[in-house]
Amino acid sequence: MNYFPDEVLEHVFDFLTSHRDRNAVSLVCSLWYRVERFSRQRVFIGNCYAISPEKLITRFPGLKSLTLKGKPHFADFNLVPYDWGGYVQPWIEALAKSRIGLEELRLKRMVVSDDSLELLSRSFANFKTLVLVSCEGFTTDGLAAIAANCRFLRELDLQENEIDDHSGHWLSCFPDSCTSLTSLNFACLKGEINLASLERLVARSPNLRSLRLNRAVPLETLQKILMRAPLLVDLGTGSYVHDPDSETYNKLKTTILKCKSIRNLSGFLEVAPRCLPAIFPICLNLTSLNLSYAAGIHGSELIKLIRHCAKLQRLWILDCIGDKGLEVVASTCNELQELRVFPSDPFGVGHDAVTENGLVAISIGCPKLHSLLYFCQQMTNAALITVARNCPNFIRFRLCILDPTRPDPVTMKPLDDGFGAIVQSCKLLRRLSLSGLLTDQVFLYIGMYAEQLEMLSVAFAGDSDKGMLYVLNGCKKLRKLEIRDCPFGNMALLSDVGKYETMRSLWMSSCEVTLWGCKTLAKVMPRLNVEIINEHDQMEICAEDGQRVEKMYLYRTLVGPRKDAPEFVWNL
Amino acid sequence: MESKVAYDNDLNLKATELRLGLPGTDYSEEQALFSARNNKRPLPELNEKCGSKGSSDAPHAGNETAPPTKAQIVGWPPIRSYRKNNLQPKKTEPEAAGIYVKVSMDGAPYLRKIDLRIYKGYPELLQALENMFKFTIGEYSEREGYKGSEYVPTYEDKDGDWMLVGDVPWDMFMSSCKRLRIMKGSEARGLGCGI
Repeated sequence: MNYFPDEVLEHVFDFLTSHRDRNAVSLVCSLWYRVERFSRQRVFIGNCYAISPEKLITRFPGLKSLTLKGKPHFADFNLVPYDWGGYVQPWIEALAKSRIGLEELRLKRMVVSDDSLELLSRSFANFKTLVLVSCEGFTTDGLAAIAANCRFLRELDLQENEIDDHSGHWLSCFPDSCTSLTSLNFACLKGEINLASLERLVARSPNLRSLRLNRAVPLETLQKILMRAPLLVDLGTGSYVHDPDSETYNKLKTTILKCKSIRNLSGFLEVAPRCLPAIFPICLNLTSLNLSYAAGIHGSELIKLIRHCAKLQRLWILDCIGDKGLEVVASTCNELQELRVFPSDPFGVGHDAVTENGLVAISIGCPKLHSLLYFCQQMTNAALITVARNCPNFIRFRLCILDPTRPDPVTMKPLDDGFGAIVQSCKLLRRLSLSGLLTDQVFLYIGMYAEQLEMLSVAFAGDSDKGMLYVLNGCKKLRKLEIRDCPFGNMALLSDVGKYETMRSLWMSSCEVTLWGCKTLAKVMPRLNVEIINEHDQMEICAEDGQRVEKMYLYRTLVGPRKDAPEFVWNL
Repeated sequence: MESKVAYDNDLNLKATELRLGLPGTDYSEEQALFSARNNKRPLPELNEKCGSKGSSDAPHAGNETAPPTKAQIVGWPPIRSYRKNNLQPKKTEPEAAGIYVKVSMDGAPYLRKIDLRIYKGYPELLQALENMFKFTIGEYSEREGYKGSEYVPTYEDKDGDWMLVGDVPWDMFMSSCKRLRIMKGSEARGLGCGI
């Protein structure tokens, strides 16, 4: 089959950047498998328990960049106990012992300790990039080790992690010889920062293009930093509070005019709205704006800001913008591709919040919209049908009605038809999250039309096992299914056991599945780990097969039951 | 955004009803069936803060009455805990950003700055000014301004006009005051020193 020397094949494979393409290539024949595996540098592992670090190292000796994900998605919402697992330590240990020249590590929902960070910082001479998203278990001491030991560090990106902040001295641990930084994001740190160290670090980092500050960095320092880094492309402000009549603020206004390259803006963790006009000059060039933590900017000031941002492609905002504000977005931001509207008051009465009207307005004004996350008070079928017609290009559609079982308030009917219209119209839909009052009918539609669907999140929906069956039978490309509080039971779970080996994982909590159902599945499918999370000791006292299982998480794996599971996790 | 009357009446009764099963569903018969089968399942876990376990539809309670305590379901709405923990509730914003205004006093060698947000009302503000510049302000009346002292507190508002401190409600003053000036002597008389 092979007419070319291996080097030519390898060169051709170099053009394949996506994991899926490279995975597909490696299945063609054993020769291609061999060439591919030696030339692969970037590996993505969506579930850290699906494979072992040793197997990874054996297969890809040329590994330079690794992405790992740990806990299941519902861990974000406190549904997974604290010490469930997802530790990065064994991976770093194994990689450190090997001859792998790791340069990049990206982790999501994993437990990272200071020891892990220390080991990481000492083991790889060329280490360049560390990205931690929604991780926990480490402190600023670990960051100090990274700063001190990674001589060629380019990116340190901390997104929404829970970090124990011991002090601001970690920034001072970057040696004077470190001049390679291109990206630094410490917005999620809660403690104080050594401002002088920060200014010196920025001053000696001529390649810095992305900088996201935390709340402890005041406006005065922001101005000084921007003076040193006028080529920034991505900026996250810290505390954006000052007296708009002051000299500092006037200096900031002049400095910002020089920052012509800023395309992404975020932060405003604390904000004095009267200081916002300073950023209006850069708004015209913004393609991405994240104000989802800027609770201090209200309705009219928010709208005034948005009116300057005609080129926005991505907008993350709080629902205090209101339907009226979304109408302004719709008329101003015609290039919009991604919109996220978060609740500013998740448990409150929600007078400021958005409804179906805001979404319809957006669908009219922003035809390029392909990704949506929308928290709202209510939704109607009519609105969803209109949105489906106006925006047939959705790839991600996540709707969260704050009252999880609320029907269409106009017709009092379930929202089956509305979501049905979405899946029928949006033929490229890959991710869908449902909410509102929903019957088995919506799942019939999903199974019938959502041919590209890869991830589905369901809560408080459906009437019977049929709902889950429609999805399992219909969605051929389904990879992740997460279900909570739905009346799906053993019959649905066991109807097509082979399906789960084609998927990454299945989560079911507060459903009708029993211990017997889970045990049966585990027995029949040895290459699945079927884990029961049992927090209430009820199972220990009387582990009857007929008992309903509170939380089940199953995933395909090549390495059998994990050895680091805590007491409350049973692997069947 | 208020829902229809039918839904309102239905859920107002149920809002404080203690029951098992999913919150907010309409189908009460199915509910009863579901509850009967549910006797071994623990209830949806509730946040310590919440009271009643009934419907979580606060909007239906209407604007006039305080909303009933919402039943908080674990993990709902699906917002990352990091985001939930870091969202400043609107009420605490006043603490986040101060309103600093310059204060000048006729005859004083330099100006001062104060944060209007730290005062609850005019009495506290005036007391603070008296302490800061070591003088006394007279008694305020709507008709005659400040009587009994040669000092009068004034402020420049958004329109650039010099106004007497104390005429408008405190909140309105806080949002319109750009700077303060304590006038003295004959100039003060023109602005309503009651002589």
